[in-house]
Amino acid sequence: MAQASVIEAIRSTLDEELAADERMFILGEDVEAGGVFRATDGLAAKYPGRIIDSPLAESSIIGLSIGAAHYGMRPVAEIQFADFIHSGFDQLCSEASRWCYRTKGDAYLPMVVRTPWGGGVHGGQHHSQSIEAYYTHMPGLKVIAPAFPADYRSLLKAAIADPNPVLFLEHKRTYRMVRQELEGAPAESVIGRARVTRRGGDLAIFAYGLMLHESLAAAESLAGEGIECTVVDLLTLLPLDRETILEAAKATGKVLIVHEDTLTGGLGGEIAALIAEHAFEYLDAPIRRVAAPDIPAMPYHHAMESFFMPDAAKIAAAARELAAY
Amino acid sequence: MATVTMPQLGESVTEGTILAWLKQPGDVVRLDDPLCEIETEKVTAELPSQFEGTMGAILVQQGETVAVGAPLCEVEEGAVEGKAAPVAAAGGWSGGPMAIPPEERELPAAPAAAAVGTTEIVRPRQAAATMRNAATGNGRSGGPEDRTRFYSPAVMRLAEEHHVDLAAIEGTGIGGRVTRKDVEAVLAGGGAPPAAPAPAQQEKAGMPSAAAPVEPIAGTAAALPPAVRGAPDSPWEAVTFSATRRTIAENLKRSNLEAPQAWTMVEADVTGLVRLRERDKERFLREEGVELTLLPYFTAAVCESLREFPMLNARWEGDELRRYHALDIGIAVAAEQGLVVPVVHGAGDLSVAGLAKRIADVAQRAHARKLRVEDIEGGTFTVNNTGSFGSIASKPIVNYPQVGIVTMERAVRRPVVRDDDAISVRWMMNVCLSFDHRALDGLAAGGFLAALKRRLEAIA
Repeated sequence: MAQASVIEAIRSTLDEELAADERMFILGEDVEAGGVFRATDGLAAKYPGRIIDSPLAESSIIGLSIGAAHYGMRPVAEIQFADFIHSGFDQLCSEASRWCYRTKGDAYLPMVVRTPWGGGVHGGQHHSQSIEAYYTHMPGLKVIAPAFPADYRSLLKAAIADPNPVLFLEHKRTYRMVRQELEGAPAESVIGRARVTRRGGDLAIFAYGLMLHESLAAAESLAGEGIECTVVDLLTLLPLDRETILEAAKATGKVLIVHEDTLTGGLGGEIAALIAEHAFEYLDAPIRRVAAPDIPAMPYHHAMESFFMPDAAKIAAAARELAAY
Repeated sequence: MATVTMPQLGESVTEGTILAWLKQPGDVVRLDDPLCEIETEKVTAELPSQFEGTMGAILVQQGETVAVGAPLCEVEEGAVEGKAAPVAAAGGWSGGPMAIPPEERELPAAPAAAAVGTTEIVRPRQAAATMRNAATGNGRSGGPEDRTRFYSPAVMRLAEEHHVDLAAIEGTGIGGRVTRKDVEAVLAGGGAPPAAPAPAQQEKAGMPSAAAPVEPIAGTAAALPPAVRGAPDSPWEAVTFSATRRTIAENLKRSNLEAPQAWTMVEADVTGLVRLRERDKERFLREEGVELTLLPYFTAAVCESLREFPMLNARWEGDELRRYHALDIGIAVAAEQGLVVPVVHGAGDLSVAGLAKRIADVAQRAHARKLRVEDIEGGTFTVNNTGSFGSIASKPIVNYPQVGIVTMERAVRRPVVRDDDAISVRWMMNVCLSFDHRALDGLAAGGFLAALKRRLEAIA
């Protein structure tokens, strides 16, 4: 089998799932025509009536999905850009995520919301944002943000199979940037598990999405300097894989958390707290975070965007300091 | 700009008080120049500079007490007087006091402004690198960014699990910090430095030593006048305790709370001793160079009596009472800054002349605030010359964790009924003993006092 890009892995997975379960359908803006990133390219012709264009109203996309799931369907909604998902925040957080809890486990709400997130594509402030931290604060929701095609495939399958709502984040910069032979590649099929993608004894880097790739690039260049990094791909952001996180933190004693989201209130704070709470006696240095500065939105201009986004060089610089500490 | 921090002057010392600044902003500072005088609960010492350049801002005012590691002042680094002295050559500030006699101080001759003009400014990056080298080089730099004494949770845990002496590890981290990998490397190498001494020994080494058997006499004001708070027209003023004073108070309280103390007194006819001293004192001063007092005779007699009653030469360590073979006798000295008890180690091995010299030495250094940490640690029994205040009877408080303290009261001439019923004028001296009743009973205490009396009276 040829190498697949992230978007190809997503498309083929949607295709397979549509074929396997007649209850599944796709709802979103421009999805009939294949969607702006071509995730549903060709699917409308293959599955007539199951790839449904929606109005430009994210609240209704999520609301309709909730209703359909109540009636036994398996909706997979697409929010065209994660930047716009917040108008559906109330549907997702106040309604969908609480359904199982509200019914004391008598009822489930199997639905997936897919959405492209993240920057590095000159998308400016409406097409580049990191939105995960708002949703990882919502118990009852699952939030997934893979980095490699094989994980996109296996975790999208797991999300569709999950009986409760899953927010599936697809980093748009990686859609065509990362390619992988799907057969034989490591693929996590369990929601809530992180993976150690690289092992080194000097420090542990925790990242997800595009930043996982930047972290791996940083680790590679640091290895040339004699600094060996463990790199953990978080994969699932809610619930976090505490076991793997703590294990990596304990093994190295030095922790660097990377995210593209702005620093304050970002997921890094939660990971840092987790480690400080449960691995304090193993820490050999202050926990470091590399994140976007606390600026309201990803800027458009190339230089400004580069300033805003963490990258391999910034990660390596922080890692060097940490290693020398 | 380098920052000078409060060094740790001895184990368990957590803070220090600036007694006086010996450099002022703008002064030329050479390597090892004393910057200031520091008083801690244990010792008083001058702080030698690890940097060369110009004295910068003073961050802690005279009389203020700050924690170990707190920034004290800044030094603008640079070679002085065109001489590019290597900063990294800084001698190890070993954590022990390094008192430099005043006459050895090099005072800047040139006015500050002129000196600055000839100063070659070290660029910050260079300075930082030099500092780091200095820190990792001698492993004990007291300079800024010194992290040789900062241990991370991971390092502490490893050290505890594997009984590693962290102080013996050369740190490779920032500021000489010992990293987890440094500890692991030592463990892997099998060459783990010996673990810290057993708790009991540690306690002996790190004992609070400036215990005060009796209060200093009224009127001996501390060298630093205690800071006074309150409005000018206030009917009262609050007294700020010096570090020494606080330790004295703490130890006295502890002794009184923990040890049930009994007191007893004998009187000794020391006429022979007084006459002997009168006869010998001029020759002694001429030949030995120190004044001959009654104290060394008394201390020698105490040592001999302790050999007879070794249960008094002991210390509580943990829950255990340990009798010591060596006679390390604390001598209470009423110094200006408060009462200190320097220890004459191995006093039992010394002659009267040897004792006289050693006592004179520690007393002189106590008054000059030049005692070293080892001078005040590890005493096994204490002698207090309360007679020097004119006292004829006193009730000393046991110098915890020791179990006994004896006082030598003023020798006075009194009419005494002698064995043959004759009345004669004799030099009489009371000797008082306070002892920890947990450690011994009146039988031993009385036996010790009787032995001491017998020896004092036998001197002629």
